[in-house]
Amino acid sequence: MIIAQQKPIQEIAEMVKDCRKVLVVGCAGCVTVCLSGGEKETEILASELRIMRQLQENPLETVTFVCTRQCDPEYIAMLDNLVEDVDAVISLACGVGVQYIAERYPSKWVLPAQNTNFIGGSIEHGVWEERCGMCGNCILHLTGGICPIIRCSKSILNGPCGGSQYGKCEVSKDTPCAWQLIYDRMQSLGKLDKLLELQPPKDWSTSRDGGPRKAVREDVIIG
Amino acid sequence: MAEEFEPKIVAFCCHYCAYSAADLAGSMRLQYPSNIRIVEMTCSGNIDHRVILNAFEEGADGVYVAGCMEGDCHFLKGNYRAKKRVNHVKQMLDEIGFDSRRLEFYNLSAAMGPRFAEIANEMTQRIKELGPSPLNKKEGDTK
Ligand code: SF4
Ligand code: SF4
Repeated sequence: MIIAQQKPIQEIAEMVKDCRKVLVVGCAGCVTVCLSGGEKETEILASELRIMRQLQENPLETVTFVCTRQCDPEYIAMLDNLVEDVDAVISLACGVGVQYIAERYPSKWVLPAQNTNFIGGSIEHGVWEERCGMCGNCILHLTGGICPIIRCSKSILNGPCGGSQYGKCEVSKDTPCAWQLIYDRMQSLGKLDKLLELQPPKDWSTSRDGGPRKAVREDVIIG
Repeated sequence: MAEEFEPKIVAFCCHYCAYSAADLAGSMRLQYPSNIRIVEMTCSGNIDHRVILNAFEEGADGVYVAGCMEGDCHFLKGNYRAKKRVNHVKQMLDEIGFDSRRLEFYNLSAAMGPRFAEIANEMTQRIKELGPSPLNKKEGDTK
């Protein structure tokens, strides 16, 4: 899932300081699961903003709504009536959601409440970790299911480097060396020989290259 | 003539401890201030950030959550979670410029009737010193 964390409340309050009424929109997708932009967080944010503004004797009216997903146009269409009389829309989705709302309502001031951090998963309740760098050409079959692109600090393909010490990466003693993990796993799978195959430089053209990437499924396109 | 400020304090009390302690305080005929409005909960661990914020927005001058003694929660960890959550809301309140001393978490057991009364007094005294919630100011002004 996409992991996002809320911006400091002061920063969000500053963005809406000239507004009288705002629509605060959560997302029931990724950001609900990573506990930063679901129904609960949406209501808390609205409440915090209202309290702040009441303390400043400059009340702010809030309307809250949670979209099933903000990254699909049909789900944000539900905001059509709600956006009408608000001065700004605050989105608690990832950056995709914010942009989708902004695109749909060209005359509205649409603001991000979150910093979109990475894609990853939870490693314990309340802790999330990055697991994929979205390189566009997955090589997990070569590395025992452990991603060297994002989990190796140097993203090297033929590791480990000389900085690997006692299973840790040289950047921090809290960071496991991805290549140690890969080695251990391949060893337990009896596939160490695979690591002897030298990997050529990766083709990065499938990654961040030439503007936004697109995925197309001709067979499901309607019309 | 200014009347003495009588705060409205909402106490979210766990059924197994604070709520029973309130009962005990009653049967022991212990006096505690009438400022306390008790909300019975199945476990203090049910407390939600939104409920606390709501209480303040709806006019509470103070709020406290009372759960079992550490290690004695009927649902094992509800009171630890409640305490963490209350501390988190305290932090949020400070960030938005609302005095977090208006919110507190207490541990007590069902047998602690006198402690219940003591907490009620302590919190009422604290809120009296802090004065009316700034969120209630408007209402007070128009009176
Ligand atoms: S808008 Fe972003 S956070 Fe919400 S479901 Fe889509 S990708 Fe996930
Ligand atoms: S190899 Fe690429 S696609 Fe596969 S997990 Fe790593 S970054 Fe993601």
